[in-house]
Amino acid sequence: MKWLRRGVGLLVVLLLIGAAAWWYLARDQRAPSTPVQREADAAALVDPARIERGKYLATVGDCAACHTARGGQPYAGGRSLATPFGDVPAPNITPDADTGIGQWSFDDFWAALHLGKGRHGQLLYPVFSYTSFTRVTRDDALSIFAYLKSLPPVNQPAQPTGLEFPYNVRSSLVAWRALYFKPGVYQPDPAQSPQWNRGAYLVQGLGHCNECHAPRDSLGGIEQNQHLTGGQIPQLDWYAPDLSTRSGGGLEGWSAQDVIDLLKTGQSSKGSAFGPMADVVRLSTQHMTDADLQAVATYLQALPPRAPAAPVAFPQAASHEQGGKLYAKHCADCHGDNGQGVAGIYPPLDGNTSVTGPTSINAIRSVLLGGFAPATAANPRPYSMPPFAQQLSDEDVAAVVSYVRQSWSNKASAVAPVEVSRSRHTPVD
Amino acid sequence: MIRPPYRRSSLRAAVALLAFCSAAAALAAAAPDTLEQRVAACTSCHGARGEGSPDGVLAPRLAGKPAGYLLQQLEYFQSGQRRHAPMEYVVRQLSQPYLRQIAGYFAAQDLPYLRWPQPAVPAEVLRRGEQVVLHGDPARAVPSCVSCHGDKLTGFEPMMPGLVGLSSGYISNQLVSWRTHTRAAEGPYCMGVVANRMRESDIAAVSAWLASHAPAADMHPQPAAAQTTPLPGWCVMGHSEVNP
Repeated sequence: MKWLRRGVGLLVVLLLIGAAAWWYLARDQRAPSTPVQREADAAALVDPARIERGKYLATVGDCAACHTARGGQPYAGGRSLATPFGDVPAPNITPDADTGIGQWSFDDFWAALHLGKGRHGQLLYPVFSYTSFTRVTRDDALSIFAYLKSLPPVNQPAQPTGLEFPYNVRSSLVAWRALYFKPGVYQPDPAQSPQWNRGAYLVQGLGHCNECHAPRDSLGGIEQNQHLTGGQIPQLDWYAPDLSTRSGGGLEGWSAQDVIDLLKTGQSSKGSAFGPMADVVRLSTQHMTDADLQAVATYLQALPPRAPAAPVAFPQAASHEQGGKLYAKHCADCHGDNGQGVAGIYPPLDGNTSVTGPTSINAIRSVLLGGFAPATAANPRPYSMPPFAQQLSDEDVAAVVSYVRQSWSNKASAVAPVEVSRSRHTPVD
Repeated sequence: MIRPPYRRSSLRAAVALLAFCSAAAALAAAAPDTLEQRVAACTSCHGARGEGSPDGVLAPRLAGKPAGYLLQQLEYFQSGQRRHAPMEYVVRQLSQPYLRQIAGYFAAQDLPYLRWPQPAVPAEVLRRGEQVVLHGDPARAVPSCVSCHGDKLTGFEPMMPGLVGLSSGYISNQLVSWRTHTRAAEGPYCMGVVANRMRESDIAAVSAWLASHAPAADMHPQPAAAQTTPLPGWCVMGHSEVNP
């Protein structure tokens, strides 16, 4: 399968390079600033109020999550980001002259954030989410740049990229960009409220929610019509759910307050943040202002209902009875006999879309890994779930996950032991 | 008959209070507000009070270890200096203050020490183990265990862990982890140096002897002031020379 994917990838890339190159070059939007503007930018960079605002915006954008190695200096890069095409290390974005962005002008920064182009015009790999960051306004970008420039410089050279052929040929990105990248600052929709527009701006831009919460195709791109419809996160192997709160949506039944609670505290009456979303809450969204969280919730609440999947009657797992016994023994104490959970402490499993999602990977991995809800200012001492990887066999995990997916109001497919076996690895960065 | 209004309001208050209490009781039954309940992710492997997993290898005893040492290890699992994927995942989302509380919880557990089954090794292996523990391996510049971990091998507050009360499998796993860089420290890096100097056969011998050694009458880590033997110079924070 891997050679087939690579072969097809290579063919598509080569065919598209020629066709797309002229078209792409004709629409290069990089227009250097005028001297007057450059002077104004330089003055703005040392304005303390702007630096403070930039700090907030960099937190909303969760820049540090990728641009910080585990246990490393904030923003000094070095974290290796796994993609299906090879590993890409995040660069150092502290203002170190030799290894960071010390010599960058704001024009350079804007070209990276808005156009996905490096300081020397090279095309950047889209593991850097410029597909979303292009929506960020020039003024917000200037604030973020001012903040990054205010950081203590850290001398940490870039790691080499681990991309495989043909993905290590940067010019192949011409074709990729033609397919998946449309540069342009967010344009407010006058038909919508300012709050909705603020939410749309945050979700589509700095929040770069769609980078995980949408399906990616074999070239790692997201099709233009897929907006927050959910998808499996490549390499991390978690499923980021559809974010519509309306009928058929992945967050069906979530109120605006549920959305706000999850992003601010790490848990809501409908479920807790786990896996990569727990990182997002801990590092980013818990620090957002109430007004911005409300705006995000307003925007998500307005996402369209999803077409209901054709009703499928999934056959009940043969292991249902065994699953019920395991549930009573290991799960019911916290999640309740009827999967109702304990308000504010243990998430309900009945009607929980992390349980019933289109794939069972989140439920399987939650059982295997356990773990804590993220520690946040609002929930500094979270409760936790035991990891069951060491206690339960593949058959037992499959039985209990199938039981949970097919009990109470949950009507999802059963899980086979081999699916559990595939999820037993614990990638940690 | 017209009741005075205060009666009705006090009745209401009583009903509300009763409802509140029963709700609180129901909640308490479902999830006690204790640290023990909160750290179920820890205790399912390490035991409710950190007594360790039944085999002593999968999850070591935490009870009574120095709090500073436990906190440091939790932080190392977060930063990746100590590697064990399930531990790294479990501690990933926690703040430093919460980790400190959790470390304190397990450090404060005062439980009798169990003796693990004596590993089936020949008597001369145990003798060799005892020799290295008490006197080191001068030919390889390996210091004795007691020179840093204390003559009773119970460690010192706040950072030096004890070595008795642990299973042979856990101790040898840790010595090998130092050699394979799946366990490291900010510095001093003495255990990495020591483990790399040790003969492979001595790792087994030391682990077996430590596991079968009778625990001291007082298993508490000794107070910091009791650590009168200075650590080797190359083992002191900030010392640049790795080799003596």
